[in-house]
Amino acid sequence: MDKRKIEESIFKFFMIFSAIIVVGSLVFILAVIFWKGISALNLDMIIKTPKGGYYLGKEGGILNAILGSLVLGIGATLLALLVSLPLVFYLNLYLGKDSRLAATVRFFLDVLWGIPAIVYGALGFTLMVFLGIPASLLAGIITVALLIIPIMSRSMDEVFKMIPFELKEASLAMGATKLETAIKVVFRQALPGIVTAVLIAFGRGIGDAASVLFTTGFTDSLPYSLFKPVATLPLAIFFQLGTPFPEVQQRGYAAALVLTAIILFISILSRVLSRRLTRHVIK
Amino acid sequence: MNIRKIKDSLAQQAMLFLSLFVISLTFLMALALYQRSTPALAIMSLKDLIFSSLWHPTQGQFGLGSFIIGTLWVTAIAMIIAVPLSIMTAIFLSEYSYRRLREFVKPIIDLLAGISPVVYGVWGIIAIVPLVRDYLMPFFSSRFPFFPFLSDNYTGYSVITAGIVLAVMVFPIIISVIEEVLRTVPLEVREASLALGATKWQTVKYVVLRKARPGIIAAIILGLSRAFGETMAVLMVAGCALHVVTKSIFDPAYPLPALIANTYGEMMSIPLYDAAVLLAAFILLVVTTLFNMLGWGILLYVERKGM
Amino acid sequence: MKFKTHISVKSLSVWYGQHKVLNDITVDIPDKKITAIIGPSGCGKTTLLKSFNRLIDLQDGVKVRGKVLVDGEDIYEPKVEVMDLRRKMGLLFQRPQVLPMSIYDNVAYGPKIHGIRDKKQLDKIVQRHLKESSLWEEVKDRLHGPASKLSIGQQQRLCLARGLAVEPEIILGDESTSALDPMSAERIERNFLELKNKYTIVLVTHILRQAKRLADYVIFLYLGNLIEHGPAEDFFSNPKDPRTDAYINGRFIEEIRK
Repeated sequence: MDKRKIEESIFKFFMIFSAIIVVGSLVFILAVIFWKGISALNLDMIIKTPKGGYYLGKEGGILNAILGSLVLGIGATLLALLVSLPLVFYLNLYLGKDSRLAATVRFFLDVLWGIPAIVYGALGFTLMVFLGIPASLLAGIITVALLIIPIMSRSMDEVFKMIPFELKEASLAMGATKLETAIKVVFRQALPGIVTAVLIAFGRGIGDAASVLFTTGFTDSLPYSLFKPVATLPLAIFFQLGTPFPEVQQRGYAAALVLTAIILFISILSRVLSRRLTRHVIK
Repeated sequence: MNIRKIKDSLAQQAMLFLSLFVISLTFLMALALYQRSTPALAIMSLKDLIFSSLWHPTQGQFGLGSFIIGTLWVTAIAMIIAVPLSIMTAIFLSEYSYRRLREFVKPIIDLLAGISPVVYGVWGIIAIVPLVRDYLMPFFSSRFPFFPFLSDNYTGYSVITAGIVLAVMVFPIIISVIEEVLRTVPLEVREASLALGATKWQTVKYVVLRKARPGIIAAIILGLSRAFGETMAVLMVAGCALHVVTKSIFDPAYPLPALIANTYGEMMSIPLYDAAVLLAAFILLVVTTLFNMLGWGILLYVERKGM
Repeated sequence: MKFKTHISVKSLSVWYGQHKVLNDITVDIPDKKITAIIGPSGCGKTTLLKSFNRLIDLQDGVKVRGKVLVDGEDIYEPKVEVMDLRRKMGLLFQRPQVLPMSIYDNVAYGPKIHGIRDKKQLDKIVQRHLKESSLWEEVKDRLHGPASKLSIGQQQRLCLARGLAVEPEIILGDESTSALDPMSAERIERNFLELKNKYTIVLVTHILRQAKRLADYVIFLYLGNLIEHGPAEDFFSNPKDPRTDAYINGRFIEEIRK
């Protein structure tokens, strides 16, 4: 009897230990980024673009990267939404629960979700060459959109699956077409889930470097054209850390803090919005 | 009425097209990458490209062997660290914690999944590299001067550094899949075991985990796939030294994704360089896709069987 | 008729969170007899049953007032070793819960977790209890095959054997024949009748005919309250409470089934 209790206590200890390590890692990461980044962060960094010699330690800021990332992120998210939303509607509203097509699509969405970002980047590069687009905001938007379609679709799908069948039935029974049911009834019910999915995908999109490495190029200027290169925060961080100058590296830490802050903000925003919007939803 | 029907039908066709697009995307990617890497295959056989360690692009030698080995090292270390911790955490969350604790921990794990890979790299450089360089490496290399510890790399940029960072990146997916699988084990079968007088841990060990076993394997496979393909964070802390044979966890490594990322600048200047790099991307695609199909396939099978 | 008491429930009330599931139940369960707990669905029958082996402890936010005495000792005292208590009782669920292992391992699971390692001993235990639940002849050639491959009736008999393997004193059954086909159900009922001389048996059932067939003692619960209880013959022929009378004569308005 005692032996069993001892074994249980040992494993319980390991479990709590593991959980602490996992949670502690996040705390550790946030603490390190915050602590190292805050010292180099000043107002200039956020509101100015790099002047000449920025990467050698001269003055300027990372506004180019901040705006570049935001524009890229919003563009990619919108493009991905254009694909994901109809797709998920189709899976849930038009195809039945036992549809093989739906199961296949879901399976491949999961597979696509697991393909590394660098492969999407390589694909984007191939597309660029094929279509004759230069390294630019547009190329980046297309590539990142492809990257985040799986995660956006999966998240939305989870929400749509939970919508009670009776709701759809009730609408169809009144003579509405499937499309109308989709737009007027299901959409509102699924809105919190859609918002969450969009925000999650956005967060993923702006944080990724591997997919934009080949496709967006880099520039010191603010984004002004779809066909010109654009700066992104992940790449800005990457390049700044790659220089041998400590002052520039410090700026890299600050940029990392800015990026993390944006992602944290989005995460909290999505939780808050989801809770707010769920108030209007029928359970 | 007709217009509504036409709209509906058009919409349906558009969505069908999208569905087919999604299904074929994986294959299209493979096709595109393969097609662009054929020039490299023209001068070196596939076997040589994969297994040879001779990497001299200027001389037309594109052996990816050492990069593949680098990937294997880093992935293995990451999994060795991540799997036990993830399983234990998932069991803790599912079997031993209260709802409030679970609701506190799960968002944290989601947050870990959301952090940008580049930021992970930054963290690795700031926190883990010094840890390895100043504490782990000297301690282990001197106390245990044999494989896999012995090394003369004093920079701190090494396999173990990348492994640690990668392990943290991979926690969320393994934990969340296992936790979901555990949740599907019905309460009654746990009750049945407890009703016989078993302890909670015995119930978990002999009944719950056994029922969840295929799902746990699937989770590990998916984590493996993620670790295999991670680029930026690993690139920043693994050392990326060419022409070094990785013989220790403290040696630097140059994983395949890092190679692809690093050569973006030089790709177009050296002939066939881009083909070789795209071949590397193709290999990465094939390996991760196979792993993913296996992992998700197992989960689908388990879900079907449970019905 | 005086029965010897095995389980004695004294003023037992159980809450799941805010919801009061059992209200001040006081009743004695006779030793080595079959007791049936009857009543409409959702009235606390299963909760009462599971309060005997403290499986209700698993519910979030459960509160227990009152006492449950088994062999004279209150099982809700903090010093009670729950695992030993549960060993004293075997529980059969409505849907047979076979463990994910072989037939042999299912039956051997109980003894193994309580420390019995000797293979010869385990073999004997497995054989004896599979015979006791009339399953031995059908499975003796495939003891190491997966238990999940058995028919549902066989699975329930396996669960019975498994429960008996830990040498309990009390057998608890929660609608244990409801999911079975009539032939298998009949076999399980026969098992109960054979076993009652060795074990105290408490069965929750919503099948009145089954209660009439098997029970020596009957308890009637409605909405968490104890309405009436007594020896089976008296209970069915002379119900004292009008509600009891209504229920056993089928005049009860059943709640809308889900």
